[in-house]
Amino acid sequence: MTFVAKPRTRHPLLPLNELDLTRRDYEGAVSTLCAGCGHDSVSAAIVQACAELSLPPHRFAKLSGIGCSSKTPSYFLDKSHGFNSVHGRMPSVATGANLANRALYCIGVSGDGDSASIGLGQFAHIVRRRINMLYIVDNNGTYGLTKGQFSATNDRGSTSKRGVPNLYEPIDLASMALQIGASFVGRSFSGDKRQLVPLIKAGLMHPGMAFLDVISPCVAFNNHNGSTKSFQYVREHSAKLMEADYIAPSAEITADYEAGAAEDVNMPDGSTLRLRKVEASYDVHDRIGALAHVQRCQEQGEVLTGLLYVDPDAADCHDVLGTVETPLNALAEADLCPGSRELDRLNESFR
Amino acid sequence: MNVTYNDFVIRFANVNGSGSASANGMFAKALFRMGVPVAARNIFPSNIQGLPTWFEVRVNEQGYLGRREGVDVMVAMNAETYAEDIAALKPGGYLFHDNSKPLPASLKRSDIREIGMPIATLLLTEFTDLKQRSLFKNIVYLGALSALLNIEFDVITGMVAKQYKGKDDLIQPNIHALELGRRYALDYLDSPIEHQVRRTDANGDRILIDGNTAAGLGALYGGATVCAWYPITPSTSMAEAFERYANGLRVDRKTERRKFAVIQAEDELSAIGIVIGAAWNGARAFTATSGPGVSLMSEFLGLAYFAEIPAVLFDIQRAGPSTGMPTRTQQSDLLGAAYASHGDTRHVLLFPSTPKECFDFAAEALDLADRLQTPVIVMSDLDLGMNDSVSEPLAWDDARRYDRGKVLDAAALDGIERFGRYLDVDGDGIGYRTLPGTHPSKGAFFTRGTSRDEFAAYTENPDAYQRNMERLQRKWATAATLVPEAEIQSDGRKAGILYYGTSAAPMQEALDLLREDGVRLDRIRVRGFPFGAEVYEFIDRHAMVFVVDQNRDGQMRTLLVNEGDLNPAKLISLRYYAGLSISADEIHRQVLDHYKAQKLPRLKEVGA
Ligand SMILES: Cc1ncc(C[n+]2csc(CCOP(=O)(O)OP(=O)(O)O)c2C)c(N)n1
Ligand code: SF4
Ligand SMILES: [Mg+2]
Repeated sequence: MTFVAKPRTRHPLLPLNELDLTRRDYEGAVSTLCAGCGHDSVSAAIVQACAELSLPPHRFAKLSGIGCSSKTPSYFLDKSHGFNSVHGRMPSVATGANLANRALYCIGVSGDGDSASIGLGQFAHIVRRRINMLYIVDNNGTYGLTKGQFSATNDRGSTSKRGVPNLYEPIDLASMALQIGASFVGRSFSGDKRQLVPLIKAGLMHPGMAFLDVISPCVAFNNHNGSTKSFQYVREHSAKLMEADYIAPSAEITADYEAGAAEDVNMPDGSTLRLRKVEASYDVHDRIGALAHVQRCQEQGEVLTGLLYVDPDAADCHDVLGTVETPLNALAEADLCPGSRELDRLNESFR
Repeated sequence: MNVTYNDFVIRFANVNGSGSASANGMFAKALFRMGVPVAARNIFPSNIQGLPTWFEVRVNEQGYLGRREGVDVMVAMNAETYAEDIAALKPGGYLFHDNSKPLPASLKRSDIREIGMPIATLLLTEFTDLKQRSLFKNIVYLGALSALLNIEFDVITGMVAKQYKGKDDLIQPNIHALELGRRYALDYLDSPIEHQVRRTDANGDRILIDGNTAAGLGALYGGATVCAWYPITPSTSMAEAFERYANGLRVDRKTERRKFAVIQAEDELSAIGIVIGAAWNGARAFTATSGPGVSLMSEFLGLAYFAEIPAVLFDIQRAGPSTGMPTRTQQSDLLGAAYASHGDTRHVLLFPSTPKECFDFAAEALDLADRLQTPVIVMSDLDLGMNDSVSEPLAWDDARRYDRGKVLDAAALDGIERFGRYLDVDGDGIGYRTLPGTHPSKGAFFTRGTSRDEFAAYTENPDAYQRNMERLQRKWATAATLVPEAEIQSDGRKAGILYYGTSAAPMQEALDLLREDGVRLDRIRVRGFPFGAEVYEFIDRHAMVFVVDQNRDGQMRTLLVNEGDLNPAKLISLRYYAGLSISADEIHRQVLDHYKAQKLPRLKEVGA
């Protein structure tokens, strides 16, 4: 079926951002996911974050693999181009897209099957390559689109809808990202907008690879009592590290934080990432400490959420490769082709 | 003595990793610089050190540069392969070897001529350094060959001086080793032998280059900005050539920043994914790989076909499978590449025959991919890609402009009422595309496989699917008019021969040999797939067409029969697939065998 485009009349009550746009200008097609699917909440959080940051809604490249989660890029930012690629290979497509045009914001959305199973290799290597993007995994511990098989992030002992226990150890993508050198690692929960939206903003503004593991329950296959990725389980077992409020250089977007427990992280674009620490001792710049903390929580059956690690001075792939500021796709022919006289010289070198 | 000039095959039998490659390369280059056409063929093992390796040079003033059976001069530097090396010599051939240790009597052949030189012993007294003693064996035989074959000595010494420019301490010992060999050959051996080199100008302005270097340069000239690849012989040197030349020619003078990006990916899946992502986002991008890589890229190639993304891929073919004979040449990926992936997919293929064509087709492939919005695969092979051969000089017309195909910019989008990514506006099956970030409110669309309508809206409607597939068929028909045309030489004969890629190298020689046996064939060299009308017309005009394939299954013949719905009986398959490049003798023999078996008339030309 083909969806009819929603009328774009501006709601008088919706607030305008700095570009005189409302949140509606950042939305996408109507979702075809199950009602209540966590993934839709993540899309909504992306819409809110981009609108609040006043980013131009057509200047994104949206990439995904295959899965329910990977369908979501068509449900946000419909003024931008999106690419639903092949299962587990979003990272390579995102790498190419970012190499071609470094001036676009790059958002990749993937699933836990997409990134932790078939695409685990690509996940690891894009992190190593430091592509400047926001990489979100909608993590539901299951293969939603193929109807409920266990995924590799599913906890051992967790049961499927049919009551069968998972026999294997889980892969924790956030820990992996920390280990391989991601310069921004966060974890959140689709149902916790207050934490998720600022993390998305911070990830978008981060000048390198920003990875977000978002626990996003599958209401169709993985939201029952035996599941460790259900709404109820995560609500009861999440250990909140801190909340991150992203503050743009001009005006503060959220003023809703408790005084005394805040830490400002300066972002390279001059803006500030404000962290609200639940634990005063936590150091967001300590990669090894973050790893240990994530693992300790895991041991205690807790899901550590929040901004786990950030290196505000991160370099991205273009810095590493030393590419020009002009997007490669915008270079003129004169920049690209050395011309016939140079070729004569080259021919001479082959004589 | 029956002296012949500029017409022989010399083979060097060495041990891999012994430093012979550079001496052998200098040998070929020296002859080239004397104006003599040469083609070098490196026959090497999948090994870094220790296994046998051969380097063969065909020297031929007439320009017959395909492989020829039989060796005239064998430089046998590997005792382990003496037996087969001696057996490879033609009767009357010369066996050059290091007689510091005597040749086993059992290997002696009475119909060949032995040239023994105590290379190891000579080096023992002249050099103390162990590494030099071993490395300079190659230089000593090069010096000896200069006397035996009459190569101008200062051409060789000039090359040594150039190669080690700035490292003067290396020049002197190298020249000394060269002189050691040359002196000995002049003083104690019957120099020169019957096969001799003589200065000529048969090379004109031509160059000596390998196909991968030329293809890398072609990609650079063609405006590629993103290269993603995963190492695999024999394609590696293409990506490396692109990067090397881009580092010199594509760097901003002021900022020293690069106008290109090269990513050595984690595997071929990633390499093609990067290419597709970059091309989707408007950069010209390519990858270089070989058969095993194409297998891994198949899923993505299908996506690019259906999602209509320009992607350029160089398949430098080798013998299969992944752990088969990876360092031997073949044309065995044709079917795999043409129909790579699942669903109804077909891909545009280009078949270069010479280094010049590797350059031309690299740039052409980038244009075609953009024009057709689909993957284009350049089908080279190990023989063409990795070996030096004489080629027309590379040429670029400064008036030429890149064909970026149908891409709408912001102004163009403003001028149209409603953008439909997959509308066939021009009737050629090719829609207009837009690049991410172009326009604030128009032209954005979501790229997915096939579940879409003309406006890129999601649909699984059967009619919409079929309409889309039919449009892709129209696009395929357009492609047949855009790929490089076949090269035809037709004298109205009844029979013809169809070939592609490196089978072109021995073709003239093979046809000349056949002519002597009263067989005259029209010829067609196919350069692109889908086949243009001229290919089918050629087959139609001839009662019988030999189809030359360097693979076991006659893959080109299968493609022709399948795509053109042709009568298979008319297409006589001529195949060679032992891992070396096909020789003129092989083509000659197989055609003649067919004539004899079918008792077909052979008419010898009378007089001259
Ligand atoms: C190569 C390949 N193998 C298998 C599939 C089938 N498949 C589609 S989605 C999917 C799993 C998706 O799981 P996940 O990434 O967790 O996404 P979710 O639906 O849970 O959001 C699989 C196995 C495919 N599309 N491609
Ligand atoms: S199956 Fe699960 S993951 Fe997929 S849309 Fe439904 S709830 Fe979401
Ligand atoms: Mg999942």
